[in-house]
Amino acid sequence: MLDASVFTGVSWNPVEDVRALFAYPFMVHALEAGTAVAVMAGVIGWFMVLRRQTFAGHTLSVTAFTGASAAGLAGVPVTVGYFGVCGLGALALAAASGPRRSLSSESAATGSVGALALALGFLFVSLYHGILNGLDSLLFGTFLGITSGQVATLVAVAAVSVVVVGIAARPLLFASVDPDVAEARGVPVRLLGLAFLLVLGLSVAETSQITGALLVFALLVTPAATAQQITARPLAGVVLSVAIALVVTWVGLALAYFSIYPVGFYVTTISFALYALTRLMRALT
Amino acid sequence: MLAHEFMRNALVAGSAVGIACGLVGYFLVLRAQVFAGDALSHVAFTGALAAAALGIDLKIGLFAATILGGLAMGALGDRARADDVVIGTLFAWVLGLGVLFLSIFTTSGSGSGDNGAAGVRVLFGSIFGLSTRDVWTSIVLAAAAVAVLAAVARPLLYASIDATVAAAQGVPVRALGLVFLGVVGLVAGEATQAIGALLLLGLLAAPAGAAQLLTARPYAGPVLSAALALASVWIGLTLSYVFPTLPPSTMVISSAVAIYACALVVAGRSRILLRLRPMILA
Repeated sequence: MLDASVFTGVSWNPVEDVRALFAYPFMVHALEAGTAVAVMAGVIGWFMVLRRQTFAGHTLSVTAFTGASAAGLAGVPVTVGYFGVCGLGALALAAASGPRRSLSSESAATGSVGALALALGFLFVSLYHGILNGLDSLLFGTFLGITSGQVATLVAVAAVSVVVVGIAARPLLFASVDPDVAEARGVPVRLLGLAFLLVLGLSVAETSQITGALLVFALLVTPAATAQQITARPLAGVVLSVAIALVVTWVGLALAYFSIYPVGFYVTTISFALYALTRLMRALT
Repeated sequence: MLAHEFMRNALVAGSAVGIACGLVGYFLVLRAQVFAGDALSHVAFTGALAAAALGIDLKIGLFAATILGGLAMGALGDRARADDVVIGTLFAWVLGLGVLFLSIFTTSGSGSGDNGAAGVRVLFGSIFGLSTRDVWTSIVLAAAAVAVLAAVARPLLYASIDATVAAAQGVPVRALGLVFLGVVGLVAGEATQAIGALLLLGLLAAPAGAAQLLTARPYAGPVLSAALALASVWIGLTLSYVFPTLPPSTMVISSAVAIYACALVVAGRSRILLRLRPMILA
């Protein structure tokens, strides 16, 4: 599959190729947006993996698809749809996962919310005829046509949520590692959980604009899981997770620019290869 | 409504899928493995598109991928229960592969717009487009899944509720988990054809969740779950027939989730009544 026709426009001269990457404004915007998204996904994803909320994150990413298709149908900007519906989804999940729920009833509730969100998204898409090609990019992401206004929004949202998580980092870490002891020490565990789900919703809404609703995981879970394989120290783990997310995004965007295959494929494959490699090295040592 | 052949096919195949999903879903929810079912539905997408890109029968790719995926997930986790983070990383990548196959398939096709629609069909199903042969296949597969589940129901229930005690008593917990995930894969592959890879999670989770809220009895639960799944398929298909703009898979999932919401209300009210009864009697 990796024949010459896959990679078009590559001179195989590194300096030339990097210059070609920055030659077009759309690509510069994509790289800026990708950087903001990767930093945010690296930080939030680390806490998400620590809190074992991967299923919740996936469900939120599915509501991002609903948001985008609803916005398309209603004629409002897609960004509004992403952030609005993901916020609602986070609240719904927080309501569904009360403190006294068993694991099994919580997973049934999460699954039902996710399936309903997808079903509604499909309904909106089919009511809004002619978006059939757009459906693929909503689900699997595109880096074409990101405007400078969108980049500004993405950077602002990423900054706000990283700062919020940074302020709450200590109690959030405590509440994630041992909720019972944290609660006994007077940490507002429930409130922190709700706030984290909201920030996660924001983060997912932002990430899905680059990777598409279905591939959010590649940036949220995989870099964080890789980092947690390598180190158990919180600060080092978060930094490592951000670094991996950044590298994966940059390399993925560059490969997608020079080849005919979608960015989602490269981002998922590179991050999974890194994860598999660390697992393997851990198993060998 | 029954005068149309496509509608009869859809109802019969939908009923088979509904019963199988309801039964499998009950155990899935009981074992808190809904996320594994979700991951399998994404594996189904990649399998079908890989087959499409290679030009072989979609069904072969679909079932090979889901059954192998189920077994792989069982093998990766300890005690045949995969960890959420492992599932998440694995299926993000599998989905990425699916996107690759989708783009190979759509660009290598003969230039018709038909290929792009194939991806949408796999993701969201095409229950009104089933042939009589598809219907027979789905009946046979559903019967096989139900038969296997019925054969292992007792030990599986035991292993699901208390794995440690069951293992101590000599129940082959790990093997049961593997067989179960294999059956989930089979059912996921079958349901993909009817309601699509993305939506089959709703038919697995919602009726089973509702059944668990309504009864705690071990044998009434799966039966109730299958009945509720069957009801949502019928209600959904009827709604979609009456209002042709509404896609059938959306209506099936919406009915299932509506039933789940009703069960939440009913269970909540009975819990409040139970709490109030001593006060009223006193």
